[in-house]
This record gives sequence, C-alpha cells and structure tokens, in this order.
Amino acid sequence: MSEIDLGLVNWSRAQFALTAMYHWMFVPLTLGLSFLCAFFETIYVKTGDEKWKQLTKFWMTLFGVNFAIGVATGIILEFEFGTNWSNYSWMVGDIFGAPLAVEGIVAFFLEATFFAVMFFGWERVSKGFHLFSTWMVAVGSNLSALWILVANGWMQHPVGMEFNPESVRFEMQNFWEVLFSPVAIAKFTHTTSAGFMIAAAFVIAVSSWFLLKRRHIQMATRSILVASVFGLFSFAYLGLTGDESAYSNAYTQPMKLAAYEGLFDGEHGADLVAFGILNPAVLPGSDEDPFLFSVKIPAMLSLLANRSADSFVPGINDLVYGNEAEGIVGVDEMMQRGRQARIDLAAFKDARGAGDDAAAEIALADFDLNRDFLGYGYLQTPEDAVPPVQMSFYAFHIMVFLAVFFGFISIAYLVYTTKGTIADKRWLLPLGIASFFLAMLASQAGWIVAEVGRQPWAIQSMLPVGVATSNIGAGNVIVTFWMFAGLFTLLLLAEIKIMLRVISKGPEGA
Amino acid sequence: MSSLFVKVYRFYRDGFAAMTVGRTLWKIIFIKLFIMFAVLKLFFFPDFLSTRFDSDEQRSQYVLEQITREP
Repeated sequence: MSEIDLGLVNWSRAQFALTAMYHWMFVPLTLGLSFLCAFFETIYVKTGDEKWKQLTKFWMTLFGVNFAIGVATGIILEFEFGTNWSNYSWMVGDIFGAPLAVEGIVAFFLEATFFAVMFFGWERVSKGFHLFSTWMVAVGSNLSALWILVANGWMQHPVGMEFNPESVRFEMQNFWEVLFSPVAIAKFTHTTSAGFMIAAAFVIAVSSWFLLKRRHIQMATRSILVASVFGLFSFAYLGLTGDESAYSNAYTQPMKLAAYEGLFDGEHGADLVAFGILNPAVLPGSDEDPFLFSVKIPAMLSLLANRSADSFVPGINDLVYGNEAEGIVGVDEMMQRGRQARIDLAAFKDARGAGDDAAAEIALADFDLNRDFLGYGYLQTPEDAVPPVQMSFYAFHIMVFLAVFFGFISIAYLVYTTKGTIADKRWLLPLGIASFFLAMLASQAGWIVAEVGRQPWAIQSMLPVGVATSNIGAGNVIVTFWMFAGLFTLLLLAEIKIMLRVISKGPEGA
Repeated sequence: MSSLFVKVYRFYRDGFAAMTVGRTLWKIIFIKLFIMFAVLKLFFFPDFLSTRFDSDEQRSQYVLEQITREP
C-alpha cells in the first residue's frame, strides 16, 4: 500500500463525497414528492374537484423537472467504483451485484412504465389507472432507494457474507440476512423519511412564496395543508428511525456513536449533549476537557444507546485503548491480530503461487483465526481507528437541530392552515421558505454523520478506505473532481432555473 | 395484438408531441447522458481491473497482491 499516497486517497474520498452529495440533492425530493403527488391526486379522485387536479399537475411538473435533472447522476458513483475504488469494487462485487441488479430492474420496469402514464396519461387512461400509476411511481422510486441503501447498510455492518481468500471477494452467504440487517433497515427508513421531510418542506416553501406574493392562495393553502400533515408524520417517523439508527450504531459502530456525541471517556449513565462546543485541542488519550461549553441531558445517551439509563456507553478512549472492566478490547490488540491475518493471507498467496497446496491450506487455517480483524492490520496507529470527531459531532447536532426546527414549522403551518389564517402570518412564511433549504442542509449533514463517522472504514472493520483505492495517479482524480464539480453545478443551476420558471407560471402553466 | 401496439405507440407519440417543459428536460437528459457515457466513461473512467487484466484469476491475483503488500 506504500505506493498509494494519501493525496490520492483523500482526492478519491473528496470526489466520491462530491458526487454523492450532489446526487443526494436530487434524490430526496423525488422520494418524497412522488408520495405527495400521489396524495394530491388521491384527493382529486375522491372529490372530483378539478382544482385538486390542477394542483396535482403543478406539483407533478416540478417532480418531473427534479427527476429528469437528477436521473442517472448516481451512475457517476458506479464509474468511480470501477476506476478509483477497484480493490473495493472487486472485493464487494458479489454482495453489491444482486441488490444493484434488482434496483435496475425495479427502477426500469416500475418507473419507466408508470412514469409515462403519470405524465402522458391524463384524459387518456381512466382516473383509477392514472392514480394507480402515480402511486406505483412513488413506491417504485422508494423501492429503488432500498437496494442502494441495503448495500450501504452492508458496508456499515457486513453480515450474511464470508471473505473468500481464493477469489479475494466477500461472498454472499445469506441474501436475507443482508436485506434484513437491522442497520440496512434503519438506513433505508431513516433516509427515506428524510426525503419525505424535504419534500414536505419544498411544498411548504413554494406555497409560502405564493402566499407572500398573494398568488394562487387556494392552491397554496391546500398544498400546505397536505404537506404539513405529511411533514409532521415524516418528522415523527424521522425521529423514530433516527433513534433506531443510533441504537444500531451503539452495537455495530460504537466508535461512530462516540464521535458524533463527542464522548471521549465512556461512562455509566452517559449524558446526551443537546448543545456543545467541542474543545479543538482534545485528542484521543489526552486529558483535555472535550467541551468548551455544553448543555447535557442526564443519562439520556445511555437510555437511547442501550435502552437502559445506567448502562455503560463506551467513549473514544475506551474503544481505542481498551477498557478491561467493561470487556472492551483495544485497537492495538486488534491491529496485532489484523497484521497476523495479513501475514497469513500473504503466506497463502505465496504457497498458492508456488503450487504448495498443503502450505496454502495451513496458511488459510491460520488466517481463519484472525480473519475478522483483517481491516485493523492496515492501520498504522490505534488512533487511526477514530473518525474526524469535530465534523461528525457538528454534522450530527446540526442535523438534529434542523429536523426539530422543521417539526415546529410543520406544527405551526398545520395549526394556522386549519384555522384559515396561514396567509396572514407574514412572519411565518419566510421561515417556511427557509425550511426547505434547512431541511436539505440537515439531510446532507445526516450523510456526513453516516459516512465521515464510519471512517477509516470502507467496509466496517474489514477494509479501510486507503486499501480500497485503485493504484492510479492522483492527477486523474483531481481533474475529474473538477469536471464533476462543473457538470453537477450546471445541472443544479438548470434545475433551479427550470423550476423557477414553472413556479412563476403557477398551476395554470402546468 | 397489433392494435395494442398501435395504441401504445400512439400513447407515447402523442405524449411526447404534447410536451412543453418536457422537451427542455429531454434535451438536458440526452446531453447529460452523452457527457457521462461518451466522454467521462470513455476517456476518464476506464474500469481499472477490466482494462488491465484479461481474466478474473489475474484480477483476483492483483487485488490479493495489493492487500497483502507490506505497509
């Protein structure tokens, strides 16, 4: 690995992060707006009120703009797998192949078939079939997200597989274990609920702008009513799935949990940091106070992490240096076992190359003793197992704070819309517009928590990011990084321009 | 059976013909796909292992070499 410099690894990381974050600007709106369109159309079919139909068409047009601009942006990630992350790509091909193939088939048949009916089928198919198609687009879009999130969940918590040294691949042993892994389920439900919240915020934002301009008052009010109810349910769902996600982190990725909570020294009855400013000088193993300022909720972290208020939650120092009293093995010991696994794997390779089957078999048996620690064998120091704490901590707290903010916005909009006074609440409407951008920010912060928080691992405990990279020149990655930055920025600008044009025309232009 | 195909054909033909915003969107989609597949994939994103090796055995050997190399 000495030939792979950190510049390459970090540029490859940055490129993947850039494309994933841009991709994730388009996806959540598709996930949530598809359901909102289905709700709007259901009301139209139930009431027969043409105004609801016009409203549905308006939001459907915006959904179509977002879908068209965002479609295929995820394919770039697959290009990057093959070029920048070839070791990783080779090793996980057997696990990812099935979920991504299913995604392709589901996306193609469900979306391509029903998408056309949804947009071309008004007045040409029955109301019932059109509505069915709209619902199928919503279900299909969200099912597409399932498979990629299952793959991501597997990287965070690799189950249902076995590493085969012969093929140098993680091979699937149990598809259902991969699909129904608690981490994959939490990943899917939490991510899609974020999409629902963003879409509700989008509808509230655009409708608030109409109300501020005193245009399309009835359409805006009706849209807000549905979106605020959906937003409120999404907020509750987001909270429940977020809790499940953190709970699964506690036993599958305790280091990530410790990082985003800024917990350096584990404790029984650990407090939850509601708000805090981390001490920039604090490092693993140092005696510095981790916080310059903090507001904590007593014992709440223990309760959320282990469902027991006086339970022990390990901190970064416990996980790095070990804690005998709590039965936690330090990274140093795992590094030794990981290095032994690498040595045995190298011996297996050499024996196989020499055609010495007996020696290969012995090396393989030795490798089996330490195979679960393989990834730790690539770390240079125990502290390498710690993700960027500051980034994880602030991203997590920004995400939670903004999600709670949106919860309050949904309640306020629902109350005033029900009272029929929402159009008069001029102070609230700009907050409603801002809520969409803040919800987007919260969602991006969520991905930072998920992906930065699991560093240094590409596959938890098995494969560090540095080993997953291709041995290519950093210059290539830098060039394509800026190309992507340019391409995606152009796409985003195109989306904003077209959306603004559609919005300014209003429902009559849909 | 053929009338079904005709109906489906007309459905799509009329749908595409009646598009307004959709025309712009399709142009963007085609330009985007062209850039992605005809430029990026072809010139900047070759599959590292597929272009360097002819067989899966060689690829697995290479990856094994990479992950067992001394740090």
